[in-house]
Amino acid sequence: MLEHKERPINRKVKRRLWLNAIMKTGFFAATLIGLIFLALLLYRVLNQGIGYLSWDYITSFPAPFPEEAGIWAGLVGSIMLMVIVAAIAVTIGVATAIYLEEYAPKNKFTEFIRANIQNLAGVPSIVFGLLGLTFFVYMFSIGYRLLAGGLTMALLILPVIVVASQEAVRSVPNELREASYGMGASKWQTIARIILPAALPGMLTGTIIALSRAIGETAPLIIVGAATAIYTLPDSLLSKYTVMPIQIYNWTGRPQEEWQYVAAAGIIVLLVVLLMMNAIAVGIRNKFQKRL
Amino acid sequence: MDKLLQSEGTELNVQQLIEQKRQRKSFASRFEKVIPVFLFLCACVSILTTVGILFTLVRESIGFFSEVNIVQFYTGTNWSPWTGEFGVAPLIGGTLLITVIATIVAVPIGLMAAIFLSEYASDRVRRTIKPILEVLAGIPTVVYGFFALTFVTPILQSFIPGLGIFNALSAGIVVGIMIVPMVASLSEDAMNSVPNSLREGAYGVGSTRFEVVTKVVLPAALSGIISSIVLAVSRAIGETMIVTIAAGATPNLTFNPTESIQSMTAFIVQAATGDTTYGSTIYYSLYAVGITLFVFTLLMNLLSQYISRKYREEY
Repeated sequence: MLEHKERPINRKVKRRLWLNAIMKTGFFAATLIGLIFLALLLYRVLNQGIGYLSWDYITSFPAPFPEEAGIWAGLVGSIMLMVIVAAIAVTIGVATAIYLEEYAPKNKFTEFIRANIQNLAGVPSIVFGLLGLTFFVYMFSIGYRLLAGGLTMALLILPVIVVASQEAVRSVPNELREASYGMGASKWQTIARIILPAALPGMLTGTIIALSRAIGETAPLIIVGAATAIYTLPDSLLSKYTVMPIQIYNWTGRPQEEWQYVAAAGIIVLLVVLLMMNAIAVGIRNKFQKRL
Repeated sequence: MDKLLQSEGTELNVQQLIEQKRQRKSFASRFEKVIPVFLFLCACVSILTTVGILFTLVRESIGFFSEVNIVQFYTGTNWSPWTGEFGVAPLIGGTLLITVIATIVAVPIGLMAAIFLSEYASDRVRRTIKPILEVLAGIPTVVYGFFALTFVTPILQSFIPGLGIFNALSAGIVVGIMIVPMVASLSEDAMNSVPNSLREGAYGVGSTRFEVVTKVVLPAALSGIISSIVLAVSRAIGETMIVTIAAGATPNLTFNPTESIQSMTAFIVQAATGDTTYGSTIYYSLYAVGITLFVFTLLMNLLSQYISRKYREEY
């Protein structure tokens, strides 16, 4: 009698365990899809681009023939753009973060600033391009110049820098603040000499990550008029300019197959720059993590 | 020390010192008062940005709708701006088609990856796989576009005969892969915040791990999961370069993923790179399309925030 009843229960338990094992494999496989895709992408780009990658490629201007084309104008343009973006976005972003964390009164307006930053982070980058086109290119009549691109990109990454800096300021232990006040320091002295130095590594890491997002952005810069064919390096804020993603986009769109290899070589350069930026960010984080 | 004593000898010097000290103090206290004002002004830049975006989009769109009937714009089904036909439906359709394909790809993969990382993986495996997945989120979209056009499309062509070089399917799949890390990462956070006591209760009554996932963890983390999906959908709607490169430039009101389409974002890029003169109807149409796109993504973002706030389970 007992045996007769046990059998169906056993069978049911077995089925449940079996389903568990199957689904575990399924979940793992789904995780692998992302990783495989990444591996394929990197392999494919390396495979296609490595043949065109050379010192000549890195130091040449765009050219009408694939064998002669290079990324130099884009590389220098991207770096110059990032310097401008960093100067503007870090100043405003860090100031905003300090205001929100240290000075802001708890009222509706502060809440509004916070919610607004959160929403800005969700606005598509191309809409920032339209903002830059109206204000910087036409209204301030900067034109399709480096400064217009820099201002547009600075506004685009501002929310990321604010959020990262806020977290860095928040992670400074309160004891440090109180010790500083206890020694008779004023509020600003405490911020400038205690909080900012302690929060600096976190801010730097956040800034570099935000910049590494900006250096790969294409759409807003197309709208504010980064050029594709540039034969001189930008020498002032009001120079014409191009950036690496724009060059890659331009080469990708050409029908002859050779241009794809040129684009792939450009992607390698772009990814190497990205990798270096992220390595610096990780390095800063590891070096300063344990000190507080 | 000697010097100090000497200078204190005369009354005049003491007064001077006091005066100097007072001046320094008043400068310092004025500085103390100016700083918060400066910081506040910087904080207002983000608000000015929002105001600027709204102002830009609304003003230029009004310019557009004074030339093109707004009802025609939103109900028309023919988009060919260079011949004066402004019916935005094909662009919205293109965006939605891409978004639907991307969601179909991203939600199962992202959610299953999140379940694996949060419930099955050991700590070491999670700490290895999660950063690698996040690399996917850091790859520039122009690189994804290149990959979609030169790798995914040729592969799809070998399965689907007659598939064109530009098609919505390839772009949609790659947009989907792009937003996988977003779904996975945010959903995993939501699952991680489900307290272990709930899981242990379920194990205690004899559940398998899979049953714990489907009957306890997923329902408890549902609000976080849904809000992460909505956020990812909003990213897909605003995605520009992948769609511009891989999906073509054919405004096309279709639900057939093998056809070439044009999304709202791709049109903005096309019109901005072409010879669009300032003040022409096509120039203004950039903003009319832009405001439509902006409203779509804003609604999705607000919905995501609403879901995660309203339906959050507190433990």
